[in-house]
Amino acid sequence: MSIYLNKDSKIIVQGMTGGMGSKHTTLMVQAGSNIVGGVNARKAGTSVELAGKDLPVFGNVAEAMKETGADVSVVFVPPAFTKDACIEAIDAGIGLLVVITEGVPVQDTAEVWAYLDGPSNTGATRMVGPNCPGIITPGESLAGITPHTIAGTGPIGLVSKSGTLTYQMMHELRDFGFSTAIGIGGDPIVGTTHIDALAAFEADPDTKAIVMIGEIGGDAEERAAAYIKDNVTKPVVGYVAGFTAPEGKTMGHAGAIVSGSSGTAQAKKEALEAVGVKVGKTPSETAQLMRDILQSL
Amino acid sequence: MEFQAKELFAKHDVPGAPGIVATTPAEARAAAEQLGVCVVKAQVKAGGRGKAGGVKLAKTPDEAEEHATAILGMEIKGLTVHRVLVAPAASILEEYYFSFLLDRANRQYLCIASVEGGVEIEEVAKTNPDAVKQIPINAGTGVDEAKAREIVAEAGFPEVLAEQAVTLVLNLWKVFVEEDATLVEVNPLARLEGDVLEALDGKVSLDENAEFRHEDHAQYEDKDAADPLEAKAKAKGLNYVKLDGDVGIIGNGAGLVMSTLDVVAYAGEAHGGVKPANFLDIGGGANAQVMADGLDVILNDAQVKSVFVNVFGGITACDEVANGIKGALEILGDAATKPLVVRLDGNNVEEGRRILDELNHPLVTQVDTMDGAADKAAELANA
Repeated sequence: MSIYLNKDSKIIVQGMTGGMGSKHTTLMVQAGSNIVGGVNARKAGTSVELAGKDLPVFGNVAEAMKETGADVSVVFVPPAFTKDACIEAIDAGIGLLVVITEGVPVQDTAEVWAYLDGPSNTGATRMVGPNCPGIITPGESLAGITPHTIAGTGPIGLVSKSGTLTYQMMHELRDFGFSTAIGIGGDPIVGTTHIDALAAFEADPDTKAIVMIGEIGGDAEERAAAYIKDNVTKPVVGYVAGFTAPEGKTMGHAGAIVSGSSGTAQAKKEALEAVGVKVGKTPSETAQLMRDILQSL
Repeated sequence: MEFQAKELFAKHDVPGAPGIVATTPAEARAAAEQLGVCVVKAQVKAGGRGKAGGVKLAKTPDEAEEHATAILGMEIKGLTVHRVLVAPAASILEEYYFSFLLDRANRQYLCIASVEGGVEIEEVAKTNPDAVKQIPINAGTGVDEAKAREIVAEAGFPEVLAEQAVTLVLNLWKVFVEEDATLVEVNPLARLEGDVLEALDGKVSLDENAEFRHEDHAQYEDKDAADPLEAKAKAKGLNYVKLDGDVGIIGNGAGLVMSTLDVVAYAGEAHGGVKPANFLDIGGGANAQVMADGLDVILNDAQVKSVFVNVFGGITACDEVANGIKGALEILGDAATKPLVVRLDGNNVEEGRRILDELNHPLVTQVDTMDGAADKAAELANA
């Protein structure tokens, strides 16, 4: 078991023929993902060979879904076209929409969210991202850019804003392995939140414990803490990056900006600890906290 | 800055005298001769300018020159004032507050409006929160005339100003969406003599991700305030933020680099309190040139005593990073004088570590774990 993504997931790639798209489609095939095709209106009817697999290119998401039975789309199109790509996938009723693209204007994401959250979303699409590494269910499927070689399958569910911190934590805990690791992205607005992932991990019988990685900016971690208090019975270990980040400076992630007291790493750590979540000072200390919990289960 | 916000207001027909920007006392005097009684205002990206003595009323050109002399060069919240805005003085009957902003928590937009108090809005929000109206805005439907009327009614603008307020709300909404802003704030929004609504001061935050569709936004970057090393890094396309510390940091991925800063700060507690000197994210493609550019910026920071290179090879292969470090040291030659602690892990790590072992460079120390490497880098910075 896993959350959102498993061995039966049929994946298409929007932007498969571009540089990023073809590189990562190859890696996804190598990770064992069932990639069934790609979308590019200008190359419809052609096919592309990636990692020894002949992948058909369709004119739009609806056609690709009809022809292949795809239920997941991974988006690699450039920021200027991401909004339209998302709306197209939502209109087609895709089940899971994983948006990897970095640098999407936040008003575009806000519009996509409003569309997805409203009556137009008849297919009940779940969006992950944008600006995220995507989802990996080790041993089954990868919808994103997380290296599949870091860690195998196991009892830990991981949810994180940051890509490289996800990799670091998976590496630290590779001796235990993961049910699913999901990078939700660091942008101010994202489709799937810490809370969504916590709820899914709580409901997943194969997830025994959860690692939650946050960083400065916004109040998503504080809200996740409130959610954990009332709804999560599985053990949760937390890590927050950005204690030394100065106020008012952006450090790479559009979301990681501290303005005023709310949104600081300290405030997030305190909120998590107040509901019984153990928070590590460093990634390796966090991994050790998780190890202690798993060994005592 | 205020004068830039006012330029954007003027572009979208938001009423308010833009004023004249002056960089010398003589220019301020000339502006005052044109405008009559005026206000001389420091232009920095910081609030609390009035309290810091950066906003003064000038009744005569002499006074304007005098105030400009005092304000230019003054520091407000660590920022040096390079310009003043000379704006006509207005007879204010009442002050209001108005803004549109991104509401991250609810993934939509928010309008905040209050007819009770402009500049003291934060005080009003504390003592009389009901007077500060928060009106959610759906990002799909936005603000049309009906929504603007709803906002004006909810905020409680005086009847005599209602029509002006509706137009103003619609034009501020244009500033928000057409300029890809994350914040458009008018504070104070003033009712002047003769029942005229005007934006007396304002602030606009623009979304950097949207720069590709706003070529004119590059001019709003605060070039004066940028640190010289930050300017150099930016010119090379590096994501660098200068901090006050001794251990230079290079890593890949914003989250991991932020975490590296924290781990170095903790490790520094045992080594004379040394701190991280910067944030530098070299991103995915860490080739020799990017590594050399990064090291070049960091080694030019006089405060830096040691450098910590922390890379987790996800998509990036560690052998490429190792070759990057090797190439960077060759490019820099004798210019490289500070010790480098390197921690590589992940994709192709054995090959990466082998390349650095073989290089056997006197400045390079390899440590296998992030915590151990941070400790070593802190120790070297404190030596």
